[in-house]
Amino acid sequence: MSSLSYAAPTSVNEAVGILAGAQGLAKIMSGGTDLLVQLRSGRTKPDIIVDTKKIPGIMGIKEVDGGFVIGAATPCSVIGEHAGMNAAYPGVVEASGLIGSTQVQGRCSLAGNLCNASPAADSVPAMIAARATAIVVGPGGQRAVPVEQIVTGPGRTSLAKGEFILEFHLPKPAPRSSDAYLRFIPRTEMDIAVVGAGVSLTLDASGVITDARVALGAVAPTQVLVPEGAKALIGSKLDDAALAKLDAAARAVCNPISDKRGTIDFRIKIAGVLARRAAAIAYKRAGG
Amino acid sequence: MSKIHVTTTINGEPAEFLTEPQMSLLDILRDEMHLTGSKEGCGSGDCGACSVIMDGRVVCSCLVLGVEAEGKDITTIEGIATGEDLHPVQRKFLEHAALQCGFCTPGLIVATKALLDRNPDPTETEARYWLAGNLCRCTGYDKIIRAVMDAAAEMRGA
Repeated sequence: MSSLSYAAPTSVNEAVGILAGAQGLAKIMSGGTDLLVQLRSGRTKPDIIVDTKKIPGIMGIKEVDGGFVIGAATPCSVIGEHAGMNAAYPGVVEASGLIGSTQVQGRCSLAGNLCNASPAADSVPAMIAARATAIVVGPGGQRAVPVEQIVTGPGRTSLAKGEFILEFHLPKPAPRSSDAYLRFIPRTEMDIAVVGAGVSLTLDASGVITDARVALGAVAPTQVLVPEGAKALIGSKLDDAALAKLDAAARAVCNPISDKRGTIDFRIKIAGVLARRAAAIAYKRAGG
Repeated sequence: MSKIHVTTTINGEPAEFLTEPQMSLLDILRDEMHLTGSKEGCGSGDCGACSVIMDGRVVCSCLVLGVEAEGKDITTIEGIATGEDLHPVQRKFLEHAALQCGFCTPGLIVATKALLDRNPDPTETEARYWLAGNLCRCTGYDKIIRAVMDAAAEMRGA
């Protein structure tokens, strides 16, 4: 611990250079609400902490061509206060708003929630459902990666050594589209998802679903897309038959563990229930 | 290990200190600045006893590195009163006896001030959710919420 050093680079190039030259374990810090807990508990013993928050563009939200560019280290409280995000992506807003307390909200970020790589991370199923793309920077330059390709297992990501996320892109929402995120916890606040479900829907003028994305959290080693669930919804007006197919498709992709928060059977059942309920909320928000 | 020099603003006054990279802002406030009002309950961001306002947002100072205070504006419990005059939130906590052991109280008062600065007329539900990250093992929260709602009413001139 006494050998720990700290850097707060003020450009992507500087950050990449520091990470490339780092001896030992380098940890990227955004809000630090996971990293500093792990540091104190001894679960991680970095040699250097690279604080990204002074890199231009990594804090704050921009509306670009009708879509959104969210700086990777933007505190979730800032996302929750953004009128454009609330209107266009209420599911992403409600999911990111569930991470921790008011105090944690003032620091925690989408990049941190994603790269901490917990299967239960609340913002991740919502971002996947919303087709969020992570802009990854590193020694090889810049690449755009769908969010569902970042986490590879508990605590593990596909980011190469020296890479980090600069920003997230959310596409311009189609007319009559919206999203929703629900999680189950055994209390009302301040807990970790037993199951989470994100759904994004687009409707036509008559209320028929023309596009859908369904993603689940805390039911497998990584967040999982439910393509069969999306297929079941497309072409429907969210009737009971479509919802039953969605429920079955959601249960079918689950590969959960039993732990103190819930058993395998409970998680599988709840995945179907939450997928249906989140779809109903997204449908209503989209104007259906 | 060379220490890092940090220049910041604490309770409206310019401040500077030397920190090691792993030291938290809470460590700095308590051990270097001798502002011991902010408490360490859990040290992992769960209890809120170390709450401070940093650039207008309430945060757990145990989950902020001291070095991150560079250029920031920080308000601790010591900066809430005006001289000898208690802030209305502090007065209402006393009037409603919204504390017993008092360990959580600085964090609750700081978090409540941050709430009322942002939302002068919160519903009870909003106040309870806002303060969900401030744990109290004595009061059962009811008196705290009564103090918060009463302080809000007084500050609105109701």
